[in-house]
Amino acid sequence: MTADIPNDVVDDAPLLEVRDLQVEFRTKAGVAQAINGLNFTLHSGETLAILGESGSGKSVTAQTIMGILDMPPGHIAGGEIRYRGEDLLQMPEEQRRKLRGMDISMIFQDALSSLNPVLPVGWQIAEMFRVHLGFNRKDARARAVEMMQKVGIPAAEKRVWDFPHQFSGGMRQRIMIAMAISLDPDVLIADEPTTALDVTVQAQVMSLLQELQMESRMGLILITHDLGVVADVADKIAVMYSGRVMESADVYTIYARTAHPYTKGLLDSIPRIDAEGEKLKAIPGLPPSLTALPPGCPFSPRCEFATELCREERPELREIAPGHRSACHHAEKIHAMSEEAQNEPA
Amino acid sequence: MTRYIIRRLLQFIPVVFISTLIVYALVFAIPGDPIRALAGDRAMSEAVQESLREQYNLNDPFIVQYAKYMWGVFTALDFGTTFQGRPVLDIITQRLPVTLQLAGVTFVVQAIIGVIAGALAAINRDRFLDRLVQVSTVVVVAMPVLVIAFLLQLTFGLNLGWFPISGTGQGLRSFILPAIALGAVSMAMIARLLRSELLDALQSDYVRTATAKGLTRSRVIGRHGMRNSMIPVVTFMGADLATMMSGTILVETIFNLPGLGEQVFSSIQAQEGTVVVGIVTLFVLFFVVINLIVDIIYGLLDPRIRYE
Repeated sequence: MTADIPNDVVDDAPLLEVRDLQVEFRTKAGVAQAINGLNFTLHSGETLAILGESGSGKSVTAQTIMGILDMPPGHIAGGEIRYRGEDLLQMPEEQRRKLRGMDISMIFQDALSSLNPVLPVGWQIAEMFRVHLGFNRKDARARAVEMMQKVGIPAAEKRVWDFPHQFSGGMRQRIMIAMAISLDPDVLIADEPTTALDVTVQAQVMSLLQELQMESRMGLILITHDLGVVADVADKIAVMYSGRVMESADVYTIYARTAHPYTKGLLDSIPRIDAEGEKLKAIPGLPPSLTALPPGCPFSPRCEFATELCREERPELREIAPGHRSACHHAEKIHAMSEEAQNEPA
Repeated sequence: MTRYIIRRLLQFIPVVFISTLIVYALVFAIPGDPIRALAGDRAMSEAVQESLREQYNLNDPFIVQYAKYMWGVFTALDFGTTFQGRPVLDIITQRLPVTLQLAGVTFVVQAIIGVIAGALAAINRDRFLDRLVQVSTVVVVAMPVLVIAFLLQLTFGLNLGWFPISGTGQGLRSFILPAIALGAVSMAMIARLLRSELLDALQSDYVRTATAKGLTRSRVIGRHGMRNSMIPVVTFMGADLATMMSGTILVETIFNLPGLGEQVFSSIQAQEGTVVVGIVTLFVLFFVVINLIVDIIYGLLDPRIRYE
């Protein structure tokens, strides 16, 4: 299906394009707007980090792209998700199923609960080859061992029939990765891949993901709330809040010249080793309920820069510098403040 | 594993002794004189009565009777004789096949119908099929087995004439109605248990992973959802097979099947203590052995269980 597209074209054209995506949850308590007009693009070999706190809609985004959102209560109210130009949301389910695991793959936060507890890990990896490529048991098993070696499982040959609970947390996440990349997908979505792991193991898993990405040039969507993880690996960042992108730019721009008060708040809340004795800065308040979003900017109730305009009119995501977008009425002001702070001698 | 099995087998000893002692005591406590019952309306000389009492140890204190009986069972496989002089073991071997056939048919019927109903209910959650399974299982569980049995006899036996309602004259067909009556409640329990287990599994992370792997819906449910949901169901079915034995007493009597259950019933009426104790001892042994097998199977099905 994709073989007839020359390579150079593929590199230019986006691999994945999300346009004005809207997802709702229809519950008894009302309609929760989980995603309200989400836009982003992902190119081959690129890492996009989707950053946000709990309830910002980042995991729903991942599940909607994968097509594994529970519907109902989930409901896609509008927008499109284009994979190599084709809208996934218009695709028949059977065609979409074949894309899953083969072209677009996903790893989950908690590998212990996400792997089937009563099936050997090798079997679970081999299942990818058996179902999608029609391999027989023996060949599929051989490929499963190869994949386990590729992600750095020691004594893979011996451990192929072990069960998930017999592995450590880091090894389990490696197995999850091995399974997700076994068919060499174009897009890998990693939903909080390191949140459940120790810090040292986090770094190992992230560098494994980076290595694998370099090798295969896949596009990586990294969903996380961890600014530290993002800084090391991401090319682009989209900061989400209440189901919207608040700010998007390349990593350097976000860290150095943010143009959104929410991003600024997140960055300021990172504990700093050189700021001894200072109180940790936290963003005051809580995110608004998704069933009752304020009419204006969803961040305005917690924002120190909020004005009357912010409370009444919802700011659109707009480009304030090439490749740098912000959904804030005062983006220019914040942007200038960040610039100034950068230029200050330390 | 071997050590575990040996330990479990050792635990059998007190279980068997205590349960047989209880049964023996209950039979002992049945009011009336079995020798007089044997004689019925006919006159029987005191001397004959006395010699019969001596022969069957009826003059000994209770605990001595019990000890003599158990000694016979474990040293010579002697389950005693009836008052007519027929060895109890003989009765058991003659009637066991009928009960085993009934248990086998019941097990298969309740497993197949229960699992299919439970799976369909879970897959069609909150839709018509689910509601149908939910309502009908509640009705079945709430109905006494006696009523179910008579309804089956009336409907499928007398009115429709599809199955015989008495005896074993038509081979496997004779066992269908008794099996449904005997397994009805368990069938409903299996359906409800599997439904809730499968619903849990279908919302679990590993099923979400299976979907994300691009598996077909039937494979996701069949290989990943059912594989986990069947673990408690299999455990239930095993334990239920053991308790099914006591159900045979009622069902075999209603359907006039010459099995062990029917024998227990008629022996209680005839105050044939030895027969009752013999068969019930067999039921107890069956129960503990099945339970051990269930526990071993449980360990095989769920790799997270390890026996020390």
